[in-house]
Amino acid sequence: MMTKAMVDTSAMPGWGVDADAENNPTWPMRQIDNQQTRGLSWQRPAQQHPHVEVLRSIEHNRLPAVIGTSTPPSGLSGAIRRYAFRRSESDWWHWLLLMGADRINVVEGVIEDLAHGKVPNIPAELGAKAEWKYNKKGFVLKAGTVLALGLGVAAMLRGGPRPDSAEEPAAPAEPATTMLPAPYWETPPVPAAPVVLIAPDIA
Amino acid sequence: MLAMNYRGPYRVRADERPMPRILHPEDAIVRVTRSCICGSDLHLYHGMVPDTRVGMTFGHEFCGTVEQVGAEVRNLNVGDHVLVPFNIACGKCHFCQQGLFGNCHESNAQATAVGGIYGYSHTAGGYDGGQAQYVRVPYADVGPMVIPDWMDPDDAVLLTDVVPTGYQAAEMGGIQPGDTVVVFGAGPVGLMAARSAWLFGASRVIVIDHVEYRLDFARVFGPAEVYNFREIDDMVVFLKKLTDSLGPDVCIDAVGGDAAGSAIQTLLGTKLKLEAGNAIALHWAINSVKKGGIVSIVGVYGPTGNIIPIGNVVNKGITIRANQASVKRLLPRLIDHIKNGHMNPKAMITHRVPLTDVADAYHIFAAKLDGCIKPVLLPNGL
Ligand SMILES: [Zn+2]
Ligand SMILES: [Zn+2]
Repeated sequence: MMTKAMVDTSAMPGWGVDADAENNPTWPMRQIDNQQTRGLSWQRPAQQHPHVEVLRSIEHNRLPAVIGTSTPPSGLSGAIRRYAFRRSESDWWHWLLLMGADRINVVEGVIEDLAHGKVPNIPAELGAKAEWKYNKKGFVLKAGTVLALGLGVAAMLRGGPRPDSAEEPAAPAEPATTMLPAPYWETPPVPAAPVVLIAPDIA
Repeated sequence: MLAMNYRGPYRVRADERPMPRILHPEDAIVRVTRSCICGSDLHLYHGMVPDTRVGMTFGHEFCGTVEQVGAEVRNLNVGDHVLVPFNIACGKCHFCQQGLFGNCHESNAQATAVGGIYGYSHTAGGYDGGQAQYVRVPYADVGPMVIPDWMDPDDAVLLTDVVPTGYQAAEMGGIQPGDTVVVFGAGPVGLMAARSAWLFGASRVIVIDHVEYRLDFARVFGPAEVYNFREIDDMVVFLKKLTDSLGPDVCIDAVGGDAAGSAIQTLLGTKLKLEAGNAIALHWAINSVKKGGIVSIVGVYGPTGNIIPIGNVVNKGITIRANQASVKRLLPRLIDHIKNGHMNPKAMITHRVPLTDVADAYHIFAAKLDGCIKPVLLPNGL
């Protein structure tokens, strides 16, 4: 245990003569008036033993007493997260790897939904109903963009390997991509198929 | 039970999930009566906070009735209607004992830089949050507080975060009677900071934003002088001109990394993620505040780094103060303020939404549609 006095200060000339309790810019956020000891010296709460995998910052020398157990790491994103947790919070790679894992996790989420026989209603998840109600112009622009993008992708897939249609594939995809507005639809790559499926739901 | 389910940036929905369980003797299970969506939830919603895992339930601003308590819970009884501070705090550690309930060392395995926060990614502990019918509340004797009979639950739910965060922003500003205070951001926290600045003796309160309907609200709710930065060529020159060229005494950043304004910051922070969000509000705060003045930060930034003019902090002798609000420390004072009519937080609530419509609520709030200032979810109906 570390205490406040690590060395004998009594012999040190002038020790503490300029100490000023009023000069504490951390007060009242940090109230240290009655603090006797420093370091890991407190009476700890009971230790929760997690029933799922919990990653721990290497800056902790022990597991905190209470732990969140939401969504343990899994799949490829989980493997990346485990690797990221070998590095400290001070290391940029720690956070960049976690951000990368977050993006992969989105794809895993869609696969997981499909594996459970659930086609995610992505427009609904994006709040399309509210967009339609309160921002019709934006809705039409975004829906139109997604539709154009979908048609473009479909045309590309259809026209891909055919030798006799050299001018067909690239052209339709081009304008659709440049039209993509920010930021509402931009982050997840919206698959073309569900949009058509969902259309009746929006109307 | 029904709970919000994060599926990826901009994508959320409500799904059936397993009921939360008591996992620690100091846990309680709370049946949620009100649960707000917070501006800082939008950082998660936009995919800006590292280790935000698909399948998580968000929500750190909630109140509800105690459904079940663990073996060591002494102060709460089943049936109590409680408000639950957003910080998960043990009450015993080095930091809790100093009143730093937002910096607890016994609640977040994944990071040491921030204490545990309900429903706020694994970087803040990996706890499922209160945008659900039921939620696990650790350290139930420390954080939760029984809502006084006379208090409107709409005020109570705002005491879990936005009121103390706004108030602490003003407190950390060290505002002295007569000071000019500038608040960047007219969201709920900025509004509460503006309101609180008067309580600390400010003689002039200025609010900066770009959303007109929020500026209109701030003008009355603050009350404050309001300016739209979209109409201002150079924010720092503008604020200097407003203050005899000296600059405001105190600047409060109530925006954080989801700021608008400054194409370069948006490119580096928001689009390329090379910094932890767009730090333009903080940049303006540092460059406009008076020499020797104070910059108080409560806006949320990511854990990596931001481009701010730190050289000017040195040259101008600026004091920077910042923290997650220590809700528990501030609650007694804030309850007095509400009782005495010094503040009326519930006036900020514009939308009341069933949990089933959580995707629309997030979108309305994020896209600032329909005059939205503060949406509250009602997971168990009215
Ligand atoms: Zn909040
Ligand atoms: Zn603690």
